[in-house]
Amino acid sequence: MSAKLPAVHGSINGQAFTAAADATLLQVIRGAGLQVPTLCHLDGLTPVGACRLCLVAIEGHPKLEPACVTTVADGMVVHTHTPELETYRRMAVELFFAEGNHVCAFCVANGSCELQDVAVEVGMDHSRFPYQYPQRHVDASHPQFSLDHHRCILCTRCVRVCDEIEGAHVWDVGYRGSTCSIIAGLDQPWGDVAACTSCGKCVDVCPTGALFRKEDGTGEKHPHPERPRQLAEARSEHHWQNQ
Amino acid sequence: MAVTWRCCDATACRAAGAAALRQRLEAEVGAERVKPVGCLRLCGQGPLAAADHDDGRSELFGGVAGERRLDWAHPFFALQRPVVLERCGLVDPSSIDDALAQGAYATLAACRLRPAAELVEEVVRSGLRGRGGAGYPTGRKWQLVAAQSNASKVVVCNADEGDPGAFMDRSVMEGDPHRLLEGMAIAAQAVGAAEAYIYVRAEYPLAIERLRTAIAAATDRGVLAGLPIQLRIGAGAYVCGEETALLHSIEGGRGTPRPRPPYPAASGLWGLPTLINNVETFAAIPAILREGGDWYAAMGTAGSKGTKVFALSGAITHTGLIEVEMGTSLRTIVEAMGGGGLGVVKAVQTGGPSGGCIPVELLDTPVDYASLQQLGSIMGSGGMVVIDGSMAMPELARYFMRFCVAESCGKCLPCRAGTVQLEQLLDRFVEKRASPADLAQLEQLCGMVKATSLCGLGQSAPNPVLSTLRFFRAEYEAALAPGVVP
Repeated sequence: MSAKLPAVHGSINGQAFTAAADATLLQVIRGAGLQVPTLCHLDGLTPVGACRLCLVAIEGHPKLEPACVTTVADGMVVHTHTPELETYRRMAVELFFAEGNHVCAFCVANGSCELQDVAVEVGMDHSRFPYQYPQRHVDASHPQFSLDHHRCILCTRCVRVCDEIEGAHVWDVGYRGSTCSIIAGLDQPWGDVAACTSCGKCVDVCPTGALFRKEDGTGEKHPHPERPRQLAEARSEHHWQNQ
Repeated sequence: MAVTWRCCDATACRAAGAAALRQRLEAEVGAERVKPVGCLRLCGQGPLAAADHDDGRSELFGGVAGERRLDWAHPFFALQRPVVLERCGLVDPSSIDDALAQGAYATLAACRLRPAAELVEEVVRSGLRGRGGAGYPTGRKWQLVAAQSNASKVVVCNADEGDPGAFMDRSVMEGDPHRLLEGMAIAAQAVGAAEAYIYVRAEYPLAIERLRTAIAAATDRGVLAGLPIQLRIGAGAYVCGEETALLHSIEGGRGTPRPRPPYPAASGLWGLPTLINNVETFAAIPAILREGGDWYAAMGTAGSKGTKVFALSGAITHTGLIEVEMGTSLRTIVEAMGGGGLGVVKAVQTGGPSGGCIPVELLDTPVDYASLQQLGSIMGSGGMVVIDGSMAMPELARYFMRFCVAESCGKCLPCRAGTVQLEQLLDRFVEKRASPADLAQLEQLCGMVKATSLCGLGQSAPNPVLSTLRFFRAEYEAALAPGVVP
């Protein structure tokens, strides 16, 4: 955020805010101590606006807008939890659960899963949409890590962290629609992709149990979603721990 | 008495046997008196050939043996108002000499002597709105790009026409490619762009061939005012008709949309200010700059100026390509021009998978942006499919939903997972095993996908369902499982 830009004023859920003119709504919402769920967003990575959980209503604006990519404007009156938004958010979480194969009981991420957290946050205790039980596979070809596609929600955090922070661009999205999947290299087994540096950043940022360390058993995954922001900041501000 | 033949050499007539007809005519009168041309409009009667007699009379024939005599005076032809298609069917699309002889590039040459701001102003005055479907005012878009201070700007033509039942842009590219190039060159001059791209879908091989020929010839003759125009061929994704996905695809990336703003006018191809318009929009430009914005604005209605090309198909007597003034009623198009339905007309579907169904009771609706939107449909790019009584509406809605499921890029959740659930809900109605709870869920999920999807594809995917629910709700209720009372 640049200090040179003039401040803008507005309100979120009736609470007044002052923010830098280039701040995103999500930054302002969280800065004000308010909460809006996110899954694809991660501080330090380019926002993509794909999970649609952070949609908010802006008075006088015809469409709901994703807070992660919307820049604040002077006079903005924002609502984060209208009945409509709460209904849609719950439906979105149901759709996430129904489109994959999410079984918390024996998942490595049980207890530290952002999808699970969001389900609790929006009050989703069951899906009203039929489970699709897609036929997916597990890629255990990497010596240290595994990718269980059944648990993937296509947030593309792994794609972005590998491209933007690590600079290896091992991951990408292949195919389309409901058959989309994260692919390694040129849709190869992960272990065959020479570009992978085995840095583990993709595992750190994965919001579910899709990417995990092989030694982790049920409920043993400890993700580090704060790392991209720390690394991005360290690079831009030259803050190194050993200095 | 001598006769010259114009033989339709567009995709539909080729498929119907145009080559055989042309061979026969060439053997009869000599190859020099037979000219291949673009779409002659009445595609359903093809292959078509027009006989122009020396005394000025013209006759139209259809069929491989020319066995059907057709009538130029029929309302299908008589009620057309060719502007975009003014040379389509008259000019040999592979011959730049023929195009130049019929006035191609004369407007561009005249525009080069005028200040750029004046060109933009003329388009603003014309009231032209984007013909790709969204209907954004073209002049305003040009103003936005022209106002950008960057030294490099780009003009992009969206030729990724993909709605089922739509072939307007294909016909323009196949029938009069130089008109598109001229429109783009005028636009480039008006907004200050020095390079241009045409993004055309791979499923249009003939259009691609004609564009290649036209670009090479126009560049060779130096008539494009130095504007380099490059072709980019799609890889089969409908979503690449969405402008940000299209730009990603040109850049060599995966064809997925991104949130806007920034709009392409500010940051488009490679971050440069980009003017992106549809084929038909660019093709209207030469006529607007030649005759003046006021001339164009005199046609049509208050909010929808000029003319629009429609691809008329479905259960109707005369199928083909029409260009009519905005505000023409659906009844005029279906009953007078189209010769009425093959069976009992039930509805007219406009706007493809993003549009909706106008029931037959509302056939007097004028075709303009506002009227169609008020009825829960959209103008769309120009596909117009006549639906007869044999088609059950839940099945029609499922057809379009399947299309969206197959074409969703998968980036955002509501479109990727929501359309799949919508398709399965519609299955239950088609198979008459739905419950009242399914009906409630169908409506709620339609609302969610529409309100929360990232791009136009997902936002409009529920429209065919919502529109048929609005006008044909009884069909959904009748599809509830036996014994279940709503």
